Amino acid sequence: MGEYLLVSIQVDMHDRLAMTLQADLTDRIVSVHAKGVLIDISALEMVDSFIGRMLGDLAAMSRVLDAETVVVGMRPAVAITLVELGLALKGVRTALNVERGMDLLRNRIDARGREDAGRE
Amino acid sequence: MAKDVAASLNDILQNDQEALLRTWVDRQVGSPGFRSDRTSRQEVADHSARFLTQLREAIRSGDTNILASPWTDARRVLDELSFARAQQGFSPSETAQFVFSLKQPLFERLRRDLVNDPGLLATLTSEADALLDTLGLYTTEVFQRGREQVIMRQQQELMELSTPVVTLWDGVLALPLIGTLDSARTQVVMESLLQRIVDSGASIAIIDITGVPTVDTLTAQHLLKTVAAARLMGADCIISGIRPQIAQTIVHLGVELGSVITKATLADAFAIALRRLGLAVQKTAAAPARRDREGEDRDVRSSLDRPEN
Repeated sequence: MGEYLLVSIQVDMHDRLAMTLQADLTDRIVSVHAKGVLIDISALEMVDSFIGRMLGDLAAMSRVLDAETVVVGMRPAVAITLVELGLALKGVRTALNVERGMDLLRNRIDARGREDAGRE
Repeated sequence: MAKDVAASLNDILQNDQEALLRTWVDRQVGSPGFRSDRTSRQEVADHSARFLTQLREAIRSGDTNILASPWTDARRVLDELSFARAQQGFSPSETAQFVFSLKQPLFERLRRDLVNDPGLLATLTSEADALLDTLGLYTTEVFQRGREQVIMRQQQELMELSTPVVTLWDGVLALPLIGTLDSARTQVVMESLLQRIVDSGASIAIIDITGVPTVDTLTAQHLLKTVAAARLMGADCIISGIRPQIAQTIVHLGVELGSVITKATLADAFAIALRRLGLAVQKTAAAPARRDREGEDRDVRSSLDRPEN
């Protein structure tokens, strides 16, 4: 989707799949010069601490590659689990659904564009 | 009860209290309704011995009104027993059985001791029967009171548990918390809030803690968890209704509220929420003095417009 990447996690993540996803995503960000990444986890029913950390890592990696990341569609049960696990995903932006996530992403990128323009 | 009747009943009770007590306890423990899972023989024997002693004391006074002062101690034993059994989940008849099961051993005893005096036997039997009936009914009454207390307590707990999530405006939810926050309750609150966020697509949730009497580190921890979970769902949380004492406590406890927005009143929090959504409340030129027209609500609503960007 233009300069945005949409990652939709549809199956239950296991550890190896998560590692593959990280590698694929970082490759794609570089190859398409993505400015924003949207991770849709609305199909994710179960999380463990590894998946929680992986989400945080994904966001951090995208940021390093100069792409804004928004995690969308988290289920209530998943949110409670992550909080109980002590993984509040600090520094990761979140939105309720893909639509809201896209709005947030556009706003962020616009704001960043203005900041950069102001600096020059 | 005549003085001489009371005296002879007292004599018979005193005569062989140990044996009477033993047969009575045996009867209770042996009855099909005995709840070995809830009570023990030792406990029953203990209660029975105390009651029998107090009963004898009361009978000696010759007063048959069990609400009179000579019966105070006997009543107290029954009170304790009924209350305890009500809390433990005994049925009313199982509790009343405590008193009624005394009849059989007592009457046997009377028959044996007064075999030569049928007149006195009849009098004593009917007197003792009436007395034990009243005592049994009294037990049931106290039992009922005990149950009522249990129900009242549960009602109170239920009231504390119910936490409605209200929609203040399209996209703004409010969660007025009332009562103490413990782990179990926070879980319920958190789940209902998150579910409502999903259902309504709200982006701002206001947690109002005006009704929370005290905040300790645990409560603060629970609040922060709720805020973090809501954030993961893409909703911002504002904590409002912080009373001065609670603000002091939070600082003294060293609780770090971090980046959570806190406001003193729900109104302030609502104002922030509206601003975030790009809405503003405007005063119309002339406010109607009374609500005397239908459709007045529509006027108020139209004054809430999106400001021009």
